[in-house]
Amino acid sequence: MQYQWDFGFLLQYKGLIGVGVLYTLAFTIGTAVSGLVVGCMIALARLSNMRVATAVVTGVIEIFRCTPVLVQLVWVYYALPILTGIELSPSVAAFITLTLYGASFFGEIIRGGIISVDMGQWDAGRALGMRRHQLMGDVILPQAFRRMVPPLVNQTVLQLKNTSLLSVLAVPDLLYQGQLITSASYRPLETYTMIAVIYFIILFPLTRFAHRLEARMSH
Amino acid sequence: MSVQKMIELVGVRKSFGKVEVLKDITLNVARGSVVALIGPSGSGKSTLLRSVNLLTVPDQGFIRVGEQALDFTRGHRLPGDRELSAFRARTGMVFQTFNLFPHMSVEENVMAGPVKVLRMPKADARTLAHELLAKVGLADKATARPDTLSGGQRQRVAIARALAMKPEVMLFDEATSALDPELVGEVLAVIRSLAAEGMTMLLVTHEMAFARDVADRVVFMRDGCVVEEGPARQVIETPSQPATRAFLSHFHNGLGPS
Ligand SMILES: Nc1ncnc2c1ncn2[C@@H]1O[C@H](COP(=O)(O)OP(=O)(O)OP(=O)(O)O)[C@@H](O)[C@H]1O
Ligand SMILES: [Mg+2]
Repeated sequence: MQYQWDFGFLLQYKGLIGVGVLYTLAFTIGTAVSGLVVGCMIALARLSNMRVATAVVTGVIEIFRCTPVLVQLVWVYYALPILTGIELSPSVAAFITLTLYGASFFGEIIRGGIISVDMGQWDAGRALGMRRHQLMGDVILPQAFRRMVPPLVNQTVLQLKNTSLLSVLAVPDLLYQGQLITSASYRPLETYTMIAVIYFIILFPLTRFAHRLEARMSH
Repeated sequence: MSVQKMIELVGVRKSFGKVEVLKDITLNVARGSVVALIGPSGSGKSTLLRSVNLLTVPDQGFIRVGEQALDFTRGHRLPGDRELSAFRARTGMVFQTFNLFPHMSVEENVMAGPVKVLRMPKADARTLAHELLAKVGLADKATARPDTLSGGQRQRVAIARALAMKPEVMLFDEATSALDPELVGEVLAVIRSLAAEGMTMLLVTHEMAFARDVADRVVFMRDGCVVEEGPARQVIETPSQPATRAFLSHFHNGLGPS
């Protein structure tokens, strides 16, 4: 092939790329945190013996787990405002969607961690007279947390990958900036290669970290 | 009333699904006495013991421990988390599988109840924990992790943890069944010393010789019913019911002279 590689021109777009990296990271971290908070509530609702809460939450989780994120994003941005009458900016729509999508997976990880703790631990805490929240906070969660960390990190990696879908709503994430640069420079090969490399540089250490944690937990 | 009842159960019933596991149980434990609960596997001993501190909430019946009483007869409101916790805080329970908190040190295990439930200052709780660990012969293990201890040591920590709540009664559910034979003695010795101090105790056990020697009374259960109840030596050596006799015949090699 005669193609002349030339990455040099990308330097002039470093501002755009920087903004893209920032958006991608901010959305990942922001929705990981909000997703964890909502996920915790989902887990507690599903573990409670309130039938209605459990049924509603389970239904919502299934919707988010069994439809593509891309469809959810488009639905929340274009369809939800028709129902509610409230216009959402692309960023807000994206934040809501990724939060709920992440939360439906985080919630299951947290619930799994909690129910993996031996029933005898609940008995022991209760027998001492601990209230429900003390039992959860001082006995169950500290033990569950160790087991939850590796899958939570893995889910966060997926969450970062999913932020690339924000480009369809014109949220200036890394991929969207790549599209901008491509349309200005007509050099998709270098541009998209660089975009992929940046994702890799961010994600590779994170996945290694998750693997290491998993290995450490398994013995 | 000549002997004050410390634990009083009247008409306690419990079903799991369609299976009635406790069928109208009535049981009393006098203050300062030791009652041993014996019976075949699945007869409902654990369920009964767990009803006393409401780890298992009965479907029906009346339960009193010391000053605290709860009535589960039809029409009474079910107790909430706060009431249940307050009730349980006055009883100590020791489990077959120890159930120590693995993420805490030995002394933190013992301090957990006083600090979290009784809001005792940490320094006081630590002093108390060290006293109790000395009492069960583990003064040197305060900072150890539970997973570094032998089964017998873990069970003694569990006893210290329960005692830290200054309970009015102690409940033991087969406290020595998970132990290697050579470690059983050290745990039984601790239980024996509690009996000597006048602690009110209800214990499920398969150690018939121990039940005979330490318990004041023995209760034999089968299929969710109390079949026979009486002075320990009498029930174990000269049981009046055929079912009790049949059950005890499995143990005769373990029942040497005391
Ligand atoms: N949480 C539960 N859910 C459903 N069934 C239960 C539950 N706990 C106990 N059972 C059932 O109730 C019956 C009595 O159980 P329990 O544990 O009280 O017997 P046990 O006399 O302590 O037996 P073991 O000597 O084997 O400990 C058993 O048939 C058991 O399967
Ligand atoms: Mg049992």
